[in-house]
Amino acid sequence: MTTTLEGTARRRPVQIGLLLQRQGALIALVVLVVFGTLRYGENFATGFNLSSFTGDTAKYGLVALGMTFVIMTGGIDLSVGSVVALGGVVAIKVSEHGLLAGLLAGTAAGAAVGAVNGTLITRLRLQPFIVTLATLLAVRGLALTLAGTRAAVAAPGDFQKLGDWSLLGLPVAAWAMLFAFLVGAGVLNYTAWGRRVLAIGGNVDAARLMGLPVARTTFSVYVLSGALAGCAGVFLGSQNGSVDTAAGQGWELTAIAAVVVGGTLLTGGVGSVLSSLVGVLLLQLIFNLIVFENGKGFINISSFWESVIRGAFLLVVVLLQVRLVKRRRAAGRSA
Amino acid sequence: MTERRAADSHPADPGATTPDPVGQRVAEPAADATAPAPPGGGPRVQWSLWAQRYGALAALVVLFVYNAVATPYFLTPQSLLFILLRQAAPIAIVAVGMAIVIGTGGIDLSVGSVMAIAGQVGASLVLHDQPFLLAIVAALLVSALCGAFNGTLVARFGVQPIIATLILFIAGRGIAQLITNGELQPLSNPDFQWIGLARPFGVPAQVIIAVVVAVVAWLVMRLTVFGRYVLAVGGNETAARLAGVPAARVKLLAYVTSGVLAGLVGLIAVSATSASDANNTGVGMELDAIAAVAVAGTPLTGGRVTVWGAVVGAVMLKLLQNTLITHGVPKEVAQIIEGAVIVAALWLQRQETRA
Repeated sequence: MTTTLEGTARRRPVQIGLLLQRQGALIALVVLVVFGTLRYGENFATGFNLSSFTGDTAKYGLVALGMTFVIMTGGIDLSVGSVVALGGVVAIKVSEHGLLAGLLAGTAAGAAVGAVNGTLITRLRLQPFIVTLATLLAVRGLALTLAGTRAAVAAPGDFQKLGDWSLLGLPVAAWAMLFAFLVGAGVLNYTAWGRRVLAIGGNVDAARLMGLPVARTTFSVYVLSGALAGCAGVFLGSQNGSVDTAAGQGWELTAIAAVVVGGTLLTGGVGSVLSSLVGVLLLQLIFNLIVFENGKGFINISSFWESVIRGAFLLVVVLLQVRLVKRRRAAGRSA
Repeated sequence: MTERRAADSHPADPGATTPDPVGQRVAEPAADATAPAPPGGGPRVQWSLWAQRYGALAALVVLFVYNAVATPYFLTPQSLLFILLRQAAPIAIVAVGMAIVIGTGGIDLSVGSVMAIAGQVGASLVLHDQPFLLAIVAALLVSALCGAFNGTLVARFGVQPIIATLILFIAGRGIAQLITNGELQPLSNPDFQWIGLARPFGVPAQVIIAVVVAVVAWLVMRLTVFGRYVLAVGGNETAARLAGVPAARVKLLAYVTSGVLAGLVGLIAVSATSASDANNTGVGMELDAIAAVAVAGTPLTGGRVTVWGAVVGAVMLKLLQNTLITHGVPKEVAQIIEGAVIVAALWLQRQETRA
């Protein structure tokens, strides 16, 4: 699922390069899954591991999906981690009125934060990095205020069951993530809005001169990112039964890492939705494999290695990306 | 507050086409240069310029006066030196490094993790009976190495600064935790902990260090070729490179500076708490430092470095936080207000660009 704005079909080497850039993560994912299955056997390839893994990953996936769209416009959304906490707290507070109310309220709270981000970025023309940095601070404060500075605990009932329910062996959260990614990929590739997002990221001025509604599209991207992060918060709250004060901390960077590993360029204008899914799965799978490796008992890799390995992985991906971009530029010049 | 733009400092820089109505010539009427001020627009432009340049300082003065009147015991050395400035000093030191990196058009997200690594390295060496000077030098060398890693990715490989420093932000914390397996190490070595606990002349050592760092950085930015190159690279990198500025080396050096300053603050942090804690040292420091630089009106796009602005921004944000908390505002609400202040500061900055 690769998407570039320029028609690169003519230049074959470029296409192969882009393909590698995209599919590198997928190849690594497949290799790791095969490795895990061979090494850890039945324990790894069980329905239980699949279910808990996808249920856990779903929250990061939803956040990364929103981040993908934001990054494709050339922006960034650092506030998502705090929005996860806010969405979770709001959902838990509202969930006494029923599951649906909680789900909607949590998502709406996230969308509202996204609207604030979008307004500040498009109307006041402030830099996305700093605007969302400020909302990162403010929204966490808001979430803590709403929660009364303690962990917000959900009342037992439908809301808590949302985290337990599963369909065909996969938890609801995983289905929600898959659904969201498929819709996201469809929207990016087959709707005018999706093309606009890429056009803005490719060249804002050109997009504006073409008469595209730049401000409106940018605004909607941040609303989407906020809503998805709020929704991730709802799932976090329903899976844990509570949202603690540190919920979602640092998720923005995990999401950015996943998007970059997936091959979306931070400069905007180029990107792929399903690759971000691969990126999220890959980064989470590393963690999953470390758990299993420890379970074997031969060695004891502390969880601290997890961040080192993730960082090293990001390094390799980034260096590969740089090479490919350079090659692409060289090809563009010669053409 | 001193600010200089690439346009002022580098004659060969085509960035000079951007009118800089104030620059260093604050005394002259603002709209005298190339920007034709609309009739009646003059005072407004001047006001917003003033607000942008001195907004943080003005806010600091207002907060200070308010506290002097409304907060009991605020005007005591105990409160000023040992609470406000002692808390603000680490942020100010990191913010100075951050300001230089931002001046080149970059950003350094890894400072918190570098703090943790430096703290762990220093504390571990001291706890293994190494001389304290060796521990400090080793910790700073490791931080310089971290900065060089960031700088190499940015300058040689052309990786975007956010992503390049994100790598060390993620991996660095794990590295710091691995040094001691994530365990807390209690410290008691007065020589090593001098930078965090000593109070020469009745002033906390970290406050003195912060002042020294700021003065040196200010002089470097003002008087040295490196200072001018930083502004040139941040103002217009292509132009700077064409004019013969060694852009890659300048950027590398900027990240190394930021790394070393972060490492220094890491040593201060473990010394002041008498414990090295890889899990918590420097968490969130990158946000504090960036916010301090941003409220002082330094554009994140590069080309301008305001060393004193970063210091004022750090002290102002800390005082704002302390004021709200001492007056019974919950910490969470204080956080919301802090976010609003950062946005307001940016908005003022935006006004200037439009003018």
